[in-house]
Amino acid sequence: MKFLKFLLVGIVFGIVLVKSEAVSWYRIYEMFRFQSFHMYGIIGTAIASGILFLQLSKRSHLKSLNGAEIFVPKKDKGFTRYIVGGTIFGLGWAMVGACPGPMYVLLGTGIYSMFIVIAAAVLGTFIYGLLKDKLPH
Amino acid sequence: MELLLNPWPWYLSGPLIALIMALLLYFGKNFGMSSNLRTMCAIGGAGKYSNFFKMNWRDYSWNLVVVLGAVIGGFIAVHFLSNDSGTNLNPATVSELKSLGFSNAGKTLVPEELYGTGAITSLKGLALLIVGGLLVGFGTRYAGGCTSGHAITGLSSLQRPSLIAVIGFFIGGLVMANLIFPLIF
Repeated sequence: MKFLKFLLVGIVFGIVLVKSEAVSWYRIYEMFRFQSFHMYGIIGTAIASGILFLQLSKRSHLKSLNGAEIFVPKKDKGFTRYIVGGTIFGLGWAMVGACPGPMYVLLGTGIYSMFIVIAAAVLGTFIYGLLKDKLPH
Repeated sequence: MELLLNPWPWYLSGPLIALIMALLLYFGKNFGMSSNLRTMCAIGGAGKYSNFFKMNWRDYSWNLVVVLGAVIGGFIAVHFLSNDSGTNLNPATVSELKSLGFSNAGKTLVPEELYGTGAITSLKGLALLIVGGLLVGFGTRYAGGCTSGHAITGLSSLQRPSLIAVIGFFIGGLVMANLIFPLIF
């Protein structure tokens, strides 16, 4: 029961990402070639709605299910890790056309070769864990 | 019904994605899909090799349930909520991709030329998916988040680190699609 709500959120997430075409490799390519507004529209309206929700919930002191006020954890301060890590991620995102959410959604749509990408992404995360202390953050 | 089966417009899709974030925050969690990759490393025993994976992964198992839901959602969307309308791409994109060797752009969600049996049984095709996956997995953890954690949640909560990360996402994506693609395809 505890997990049912997360399963349902995941299902809605998967449906929305397919129906919005945000999982389309072609849409990602089109975005990075500035040939369509579609992805910018999705990301832009998602952020605008997100800002609205967070500002309203802050003002009304909206509480989450566990009783604490809704809050988004603060990211650590820094520059290097964000710009370098972000660029590395972006290179991969445009290449495989999928980020860590869509990978699983695409698997569900029947693209089983996505297992290769997911396995490689897990390995990439593992490599980061090994090198973490040696990298500039 | 036709409206449901056709692709959904961006101005509905964006707010729906924000709704996912709002629901997870309401459940006392956070919208960050890439965390599940770390959780999987921890489950696989990566804590033996790096303190980064020494975590009580059971605290994060909800994240894997979201992932399972995402797989099911993908299945439902293509089998019960779609028609064969395809993706309405810019004709310029379609012809450009054709010249790069991608036929049928927009007819499927991912190109057969990258994900089909022919591609994954060739050395180059396999290498592209593996390198791409490695870059995503490494980059997202180095940057501390992906599209959901930084671009949606981080920017919605007006965080500077997320803005820097999203600028990074675009530098990487623009370099790949504009400079590297013409070299590898």
